[in-house]
Amino acid sequence: MFRRLLDVPTTIRVTVNGRDVLAASGDSVAATLLLAGHSVFRRTLRSRQLRGPFCGMGVCFECLVTIDGQSGQQACMVPVKDGMAILTAENADG
Amino acid sequence: MTTSAKSSAGEDCDIAVIGGGVVGMAVAYGLARAGQAVTVVDEGDVAHRASRGNFALIWVQGKGLDMPDYARWSLQSSNLWRDFAHDLSNETGLGLAYARNGGLTACLSEDELATRAGELRRLHNSAPDCGTFEVLDHRGMKELLPDLGTSVAGGTFCPHDGHVNSLKLFSALHQAVLVHGAAYRPNADVTDITPRCDGFAIHTVRGEIRARKVVLAAGLGNARLAPMVGLVAPVRPQRGQIMVTEKLQPFLRYPLGTIRQTDEGGVMIGDSKEEVGYDTGTAHEVLAAIAARAVRVFPLLERAQVIRSWGALRVMSSDGYPIYDRSVQCPGAYLVTCHSGVTLAANHATVVAAAIAGDQWPTALDVFSAARFADVSQAA
Amino acid sequence: MGEGNCDLLIVGAGPAGMRAAIAARDGGLSVTVVNEGMRPGGQIYRGVQTMPHPLVSVLGAEYAAGRALADAFSACAMRYLSHTAVFMIEKRDTGGFEIGVSSGTTARMITARAVLIATGALERPFPIQGWTLPGVMTAGGAQTMLKASGAVPSGPTVLAGTGPLLYLLAAQYARAGIKLVALLDTTPTANWRAALTALPGFLVSRNVRKGLRLLREASAHPILRNVGGLAASGDGRLEQVAAQVGGREHRFVAQTLLLHQGVVPQVNLALAAGAAHHWNETRLAFEPRVTADGESTVAGLFIAGDSAGIAGADAAEHRGLVAALAILDRLEAPDREKRERVRSQARAALAKAMRGRAFLDRLYRPAPQFRMPADDVMVCRCEEVTAGEIRALTARGAQGPNQAKAFSRAGMGPCQGRGCALSVTEIMAHASGRDPGDIGHMRIRAPVKPVTVGQMAALSASEAYGRK
Repeated sequence: MFRRLLDVPTTIRVTVNGRDVLAASGDSVAATLLLAGHSVFRRTLRSRQLRGPFCGMGVCFECLVTIDGQSGQQACMVPVKDGMAILTAENADG
Repeated sequence: MTTSAKSSAGEDCDIAVIGGGVVGMAVAYGLARAGQAVTVVDEGDVAHRASRGNFALIWVQGKGLDMPDYARWSLQSSNLWRDFAHDLSNETGLGLAYARNGGLTACLSEDELATRAGELRRLHNSAPDCGTFEVLDHRGMKELLPDLGTSVAGGTFCPHDGHVNSLKLFSALHQAVLVHGAAYRPNADVTDITPRCDGFAIHTVRGEIRARKVVLAAGLGNARLAPMVGLVAPVRPQRGQIMVTEKLQPFLRYPLGTIRQTDEGGVMIGDSKEEVGYDTGTAHEVLAAIAARAVRVFPLLERAQVIRSWGALRVMSSDGYPIYDRSVQCPGAYLVTCHSGVTLAANHATVVAAAIAGDQWPTALDVFSAARFADVSQAA
Repeated sequence: MGEGNCDLLIVGAGPAGMRAAIAARDGGLSVTVVNEGMRPGGQIYRGVQTMPHPLVSVLGAEYAAGRALADAFSACAMRYLSHTAVFMIEKRDTGGFEIGVSSGTTARMITARAVLIATGALERPFPIQGWTLPGVMTAGGAQTMLKASGAVPSGPTVLAGTGPLLYLLAAQYARAGIKLVALLDTTPTANWRAALTALPGFLVSRNVRKGLRLLREASAHPILRNVGGLAASGDGRLEQVAAQVGGREHRFVAQTLLLHQGVVPQVNLALAAGAAHHWNETRLAFEPRVTADGESTVAGLFIAGDSAGIAGADAAEHRGLVAALAILDRLEAPDREKRERVRSQARAALAKAMRGRAFLDRLYRPAPQFRMPADDVMVCRCEEVTAGEIRALTARGAQGPNQAKAFSRAGMGPCQGRGCALSVTEIMAHASGRDPGDIGHMRIRAPVKPVTVGQMAALSASEAYGRK
């Protein structure tokens, strides 16, 4: 649902729900996922609704994902790093 | 709905309950169910409300170490809770997430365990009817709590303990008193109470309310109100700090005295006992100590996100036990105050409400009179 | 002093924080700046020091102007903690503050003699039917994608709402060659009448030329004005946007809906620190009670920039400077007389930067139906509480947002009310016929930013570095 205006080198390799995804230096985890076509990040606990990034600046806590085993991480606030294992609601809620 | 204050003209009721927290609402619920015309008089949004900050245990173990009557009183309420919760849910359609699977206390050293076991044994020997308990070693604890940390030496288990979602309890009580026809008057801080020949005039910032009887259930506010009707309520604030985590998958089947998982998934971790006056803030040193202990009990908590922390004020009498009193000087005035409003809610809605409605004061309540604080009754 | 202690701790590295840091360093203070992002700039100048040239021309001259400030900031020898969040501020009995900061897997306490909160603004909640669907984002969130990753929406996109940022993003997308499916302007036409009284001030402000240019650039998109109703729908993600204009409904197929109806101060940190706030009825927001120098009701705790009341980037810079000068006075830094000239210049510049603000405040005041939505619309996204539930609790006697929170959980989720506090207060005020200032803001508690139980456990002493 998002695309880059400029060609930048995507040298960072992470996994999203086990699949390889490439990212550029300076991307947040949320940007990495949005650019890879993921718009659903989590499910709400009360009614199992699907949610994705909303505010993009660490305010709304809608983009929570699991990063390297740590749950509840704000994807928009964490810079992407080589080798990260990211889980979205697709896999994280079992 | 009956919430708009008919302030200018004043209003009449059988019984005015001052205080819209869990204690006042439980008494009001029992009175309204018994057919009394009840008006609950409450403060505004910003108030010292233990009802919004408590730990939500329905707890028996270790209660009344120096006062077996209080141990008995707690056990009685714990036994009444199932029916109380059932009725309250049925009448409001609101779930309370009540559970009574027993509760645990975790001890982090052999010394701590020996002290704890000794206390419970002493209480049990002096009052064998105050319920049962078991002392568990690490393995025994681990069977009940698979995620237990290795630094837990052991603990105690009491089958009478349980817990509830106390915010759901608080909301259901508010709903229930209205269902039973009571009136709720928020933002009506009480400025004065005047005894009259036919009852009491309660002066509030939103007008006057006349009642045949008045029940003081205003928590820390009782200290100010009690002398207006010839009673004394020597209570002081004692702060407890609590933190709550993000919602986690259920892992904790039994509540512990200082760690419990709510029905929504969040884990509550508390509590401290601090003499800091009316300060409801938090202090990082205390939160750090609480957190460190919790991580030793359940290492998986280390990586759980803390969502919020808070300080709440317990309503403490000088010996820590409840005060139930009726006024000799102003017949029809009653005092109900305690720091375990959730545990004792079932007693308050039944035994205490019946005593107030029927003018029959059971002897079991006499031991909780403020007369036991000899110095303050003389001072009053 | 230990490594973590400082004279002044500044929270945020936007225009106010950066300018304050430079001035405080000039005055000889040791300064620590805590920034949630990697590089300085705040939301407004995000990434300005490293932005590739083609993107700078998309973002515009106002954005590029932030470069000089950011470079001066980077050169001013303060201690810069990037990717670090302040999660609590405690006032010490002995004077000064202890500040809890977290970064990655560690957390620790830092002590400071004074604190400046310069955390800026956040976008006002925009509760409409379907706003929780994946694919619905804020305009600010989309702009962050543009600044941080040079990214734009790839499918059909609708931009909706009111306020300067709405038109700025529309203009930036137009410069980048992106054509929106629709730009839905929810500015009530009645606002123009209220705004006209403030027009003279606006006409002499530098915002006039800027505003006219943005409007011209945004006209590259199909624009629908006077939109009175909005709803998003879709099965598990956004598929359609509906807009009401007059009696007519317009429907748009869209993959992305970007919402915006102005910004409001970020108040959570200041509220948790105990600073008093008041309701601003024109700006429909809670603002901290601060002196002309930016000092809050907590002595030694200053607030500058948009977190003290929305006034924009230029004003933020001047307010940061004014606050820093007052902090230098407070901490008895030498050469007080020399500061007086700087102070009077800064105050004059601030007054100039404030020109036209009243016009914008009135013109872009969002309509009631977008602040206090219909009963079936969710207002608390975290705990999934609807406007109807809040109204029902108000009718039952709930006095304010704290009681409503206890009864409904609205505001109890991880965002700590940032997404619903204003909605809850306004809904309760409207339902009970009271003033929003009288209803109040829900109480905010530490930690105001995420911290784990393990990190909390490591805070046993000041300067004790957190273990994992």
